[in-house]
Amino acid sequence: MLEQFGDNFLQIAVWVAYIGIAFSILLIVIRAVIGPTNPDRATALDAIGINMMALVGITAIDLQTNKLNDVVLVIGILLFIGTIAIAKFLEKGVIIDRNSD
Amino acid sequence: MKKNTNDLILKTLTQLIAFLLLGFSIYLFFAGHNAPGGGFIGGLMTASAIILMYITYGIEKIQQILPINYITMFIAGLMIATLSGVGAIMFGVPFLSQTFGYFDIPFFGETELATALIFDLGVYLAVVGVTMTIILTIATDATEDNEMNEEKVEA
Repeated sequence: MLEQFGDNFLQIAVWVAYIGIAFSILLIVIRAVIGPTNPDRATALDAIGINMMALVGITAIDLQTNKLNDVVLVIGILLFIGTIAIAKFLEKGVIIDRNSD
Repeated sequence: MKKNTNDLILKTLTQLIAFLLLGFSIYLFFAGHNAPGGGFIGGLMTASAIILMYITYGIEKIQQILPINYITMFIAGLMIATLSGVGAIMFGVPFLSQTFGYFDIPFFGETELATALIFDLGVYLAVVGVTMTIILTIATDATEDNEMNEEKVEA
């Protein structure tokens, strides 16, 4: 009885988390489209990536596997590099320059 | 371009994070073919570590530190991957067949060694070479080189 409730509770919690993350991604996509300035859009893209990491984490809980832990790390690293590239493009107008000094 | 912007935080963080990324890429490379990982994603992680260094320090400095011809690296990777497939024919089994065995290696204990690792090494080199070739070709276009030459002539 209690164990069955536990399983159901996990399912309900996972689906609530899925829906919440999906809704927040929807809001962030609106911000990325209408964002008044480019730094707004850069921050929105960063936030979409963080929500993707959360989505993979929730999926790992849902599927009860630990194979997806590396995926979270990989998404985080690629997101970090992408955010740095966007930030440098907004700041200096060039991503890889000849000589940074 | 503003000359007095300073990116001290980025430069300090890159020295730490590039090593973390290279270590993670080696972990992903050896985790492959039974778990998530392998040559492709390990190569992408290595390429992103190198790209991070290029973004932070500029092309001239990194080409002094890492004087690698990425096109040669890409060709070498394709050669290794192909030859590992051809090697299977030598033992009378179909092209690209693979095998594995358990060996007792000091310090690591009993380890599974698979011939798929050789193929993965080829994929790794090819992915790093192709990614870095594409990104550096896009980043260093001809107009920038011309501007550099004009600046040198004026100076």
